[in-house]
Amino acid sequence: MPRVIFFEHDGTRHEVDATNGVSLMRAAVDHSVPGIDADCGGACACATCHVYVDPDWLPKTGGRTEMEESMLSFAAATQDNSRLSCQIVMSDALDGIVLRLPEGQH
Amino acid sequence: MNAPIAPTPHDAELQALARQDAFSMPIDEIDVSKPRLFQEDTIGHYFARLRRDDPVHFTENQFYGRFWSVTKYHDIMHVDTNHGIYSSDWTQGGIALFNAPNPEQRLQMFIAMDPPKHDEQRKAVSPIVAPANLASMESTIRARTAKVLDELPRNEEFNWVQRVSIELTTQMLATLFDFPFEDRKLLTWWSDVATSVPEVDHLVESQEARLAELGKMLVYFTRLWNERVNAPPKGDLVSMLAHNPATRHMSPMEYMGNLTLLIVGGNDTTRNSMTGGLLALSQNPAEWDKLRANPALVDSMVPEIIRWQTPLPMMRRTALQDAELGGKKILKGDKVVMWYLSGNRDEEAIDRPEAFIIDRARPRQHLSFGFGIHRCVGNRLAEMQLKILWEEILKRFAVIEVTGPPTRLLSNFVRGISHLPVRIPG
Repeated sequence: MPRVIFFEHDGTRHEVDATNGVSLMRAAVDHSVPGIDADCGGACACATCHVYVDPDWLPKTGGRTEMEESMLSFAAATQDNSRLSCQIVMSDALDGIVLRLPEGQH
Repeated sequence: MNAPIAPTPHDAELQALARQDAFSMPIDEIDVSKPRLFQEDTIGHYFARLRRDDPVHFTENQFYGRFWSVTKYHDIMHVDTNHGIYSSDWTQGGIALFNAPNPEQRLQMFIAMDPPKHDEQRKAVSPIVAPANLASMESTIRARTAKVLDELPRNEEFNWVQRVSIELTTQMLATLFDFPFEDRKLLTWWSDVATSVPEVDHLVESQEARLAELGKMLVYFTRLWNERVNAPPKGDLVSMLAHNPATRHMSPMEYMGNLTLLIVGGNDTTRNSMTGGLLALSQNPAEWDKLRANPALVDSMVPEIIRWQTPLPMMRRTALQDAELGGKKILKGDKVVMWYLSGNRDEEAIDRPEAFIIDRARPRQHLSFGFGIHRCVGNRLAEMQLKILWEEILKRFAVIEVTGPPTRLLSNFVRGISHLPVRIPG
């Protein structure tokens, strides 16, 4: 099974299994990774699954949709590598992807 | 007006009659905008009927006009996240069921704007409730909460709403605006006036009187603006608005509108969750036992309280184009009302939605904050206020007895409780 590596804001590392075809947000929630709130359950409607994608991996995650762009624009502390993890779908190409979490979700 | 009816969810007979009524009346006669149904707290039966038989439901009401009621969780999510079709803009009618026919009497606030202006104005104030700033407010909120709780009377009945819910939310607002603390009760009054529909609740005598009161608010806050626009920027909402390029040239009507939004947003909502949570626990003693046994459950209880109360039961949109929704044909210009209170009781989206359960697996998956670009900007602050309140309650009081029924507001816009008698033994 492909793996996702999350780093909490304080640096705590979580390496979890993810299923191909399922979002990275879901991988975090299913393994109770703290710091991914995912209030809307994956509808790209709240920006509480905000992550920073490791720059080496960013090109492989594709682009933001217009709605993701809008929701991220209201989140705190966004960067060029900010994504909503509910909008990145797991695949073999992302096996080992590294995501860092912001200080809080809002 | 209707004769006053003692509104109490304990009143099994009233609830049974309402259920019978809701499930026997012809479907096209159901009108969930009636404020009386909210005051009696019988509205849930009518929503249950609509979710079962007519989830996107048309109503023509004498006062509110023609509107669609959207009652299922996923349909509501669809409307809330398609802001290009379903407009919030005040020029279209805004976000409340009632809109003044004269656009000049409508509030120009960013919740009632579409992009791009909405986005620009929202971003001017949202940093105040960003995670880093919330952390800096926590100790102040905790100290104030402790003080309010420590000063509560013992062994005598008092109104929880007045002594706790209003006091704490008003203090919070005063801090966010850096508003003169001694005048803070004005904020409560302006909030109540802002959500008033004079024709319904008679809080003030007319729409003109309502706007006149909000005009007094504008005068007061213009003084604060003038002080702060000429001073270095600081972290309160007035200073943030006065210094942000997107908002510093707002018209007086826009300033008034945004003040109203921020005051109501920070006040009515959390106030009623503070009261509604206590009521819910008193009605569900097994949940209260669970909480006492494991105070860490406050974290999951807080979003459950917010779902349970749904302090703002609805938001309205206006269709900018023809659309299909739940099998119904929505026409350009139609009013579309998302009933968050109904979506929060939808069994297709929420497990056992009629039960108050403080340790749900995904407690934040509720509609009370809305979703999409207009999602409540202060959601995490509201949660923090409630979390601190319950943590401090658990440290002090083994029991808070609710000694009588709640008095609920005659309103379909704020699901509010104005009086909840309680007694703390000891």
